[in-house]
Amino acid sequence: MSELSVSHLLGIKYITEKDIQLIFETADHFKEVIQRPIKKVPSLRDITIANLFFENSTRTRLSFELAEKRLSADVVNFSAASSSVKKGETLIDTVNNILAMKVDMVVMRHPNPGAGVFLSKHINAAIVNAGDGTHEHPTQALLDSYSIRERLGDVAGKKVVIVGDILHSRVALSNIYALKLQGAEVMVCGPKTLIPKHINELGVKVSHNLKEALNWCDVANMLRVQNERMDISYFPSTREYAQQYGVTKTLLERLDKEIVIMHPGPINRGVEITSEVADSNQAIILDQVENGVAVRMAVIYLLASKIK
Amino acid sequence: MSQRVLLASNEVHIILHRLACQLIENHGFFENTVLIGLQPRGAFVAERLSKILKEDYGVQNLKLGLLDITFFRDDFRRTVNPLEANKTSIDFIVEDKNVVFIDDVLYTGRSIRAALTAIQSFGRPANVELLTLIDRRFSRHLPIQPNYRGRQVDAINEERVVVHWEENDAEDAVYLINK
Repeated sequence: MSELSVSHLLGIKYITEKDIQLIFETADHFKEVIQRPIKKVPSLRDITIANLFFENSTRTRLSFELAEKRLSADVVNFSAASSSVKKGETLIDTVNNILAMKVDMVVMRHPNPGAGVFLSKHINAAIVNAGDGTHEHPTQALLDSYSIRERLGDVAGKKVVIVGDILHSRVALSNIYALKLQGAEVMVCGPKTLIPKHINELGVKVSHNLKEALNWCDVANMLRVQNERMDISYFPSTREYAQQYGVTKTLLERLDKEIVIMHPGPINRGVEITSEVADSNQAIILDQVENGVAVRMAVIYLLASKIK
Repeated sequence: MSQRVLLASNEVHIILHRLACQLIENHGFFENTVLIGLQPRGAFVAERLSKILKEDYGVQNLKLGLLDITFFRDDFRRTVNPLEANKTSIDFIVEDKNVVFIDDVLYTGRSIRAALTAIQSFGRPANVELLTLIDRRFSRHLPIQPNYRGRQVDAINEERVVVHWEENDAEDAVYLINK
């Protein structure tokens, strides 16, 4: 096993294809570990990790915390809602105060794009970006690719369509980078208002017709409509969105092949996908959640091995 | 760099047969005993022994597992080269079983310490024994000794003991290499 080319995981943009393969191979080992009667290894017993969540999260935070605990790291949790950030403290001050308590790694979610990159330049700890505004969410993209690899054997050469709110989605951007690095073909699909103007410069196809996109792809990654990030109306109504861009059982049955359905969660049942689709065998949504722990264990383990 | 042959192919075969007989002497038909090869190099010894026990001595229903100890090692972040993990495949529970760890070279004893912790993830064994093809005497960092040993070797720290297997290195032999 070699090493990662980076000391922080700030985004997929900053890592290489080799890094991704190393993370996946390591995650394979951790996936076996978390099937054991005792799902814990002592590797990180002398590492302390702070989970700093300046934005709400349930599954990502839980997944990171489980991954850290299964590696035997000491974990401290911090959420902006109950902290001095409300009293006007700056990001660097907040983090430096936490680091003064001898923390080796920081897992951070922040509403501002680039918060992780900014922090990595100013503080002395390994940083894992757990989502920075509408920019990147690298571990989600890694676990998505890992789940595709698990279901279809390989990511290279596969056709993946990302459907929905591409404009506000960090999951979409990280996924585009990750899939392109691994040699997959990528298409984005959604209403014109939710697709960034120059997205084709990233080397992706664009479609506004869901049926056409589903016919083209092997995998459809359905994104959630992020109402909380929408300051104006991007489509007439949720009902209309669901009719044009929601995946239903009937729609899937009309395709001439069986495609894989993914969703990063939380699902708006009946909007992006119907309950029937979400609970079908074609959906690997719960595999994504399970793989999330193994992939995050791999990322944390590999970054920790570079802390001397 | 110079190297000397410690064991030639025929000696390796005789030793493996002796070790197999010693295991039978203590564990009978292996009803309650499992063999665990320690990854990566112990796997070769374990697979060879398992083959001899089955084919030459008619032992049936022998349980063999492979255990990787990478995530249980005590030198994480302390070595120059990154640690390399291998596959663990143990498809049985070791609760109340007699476990025999199998490795190629016993040196500092730290791998065995890690294996003793790692095996607990699969249950609480009734007891644990250690079989090693080569026992490097006088180089232990921990109070660990083998129950079954192929050959005891005196080697200084600057020397390396390397075991070759036909399936991997085109020959069965053990070398002492002066670095």
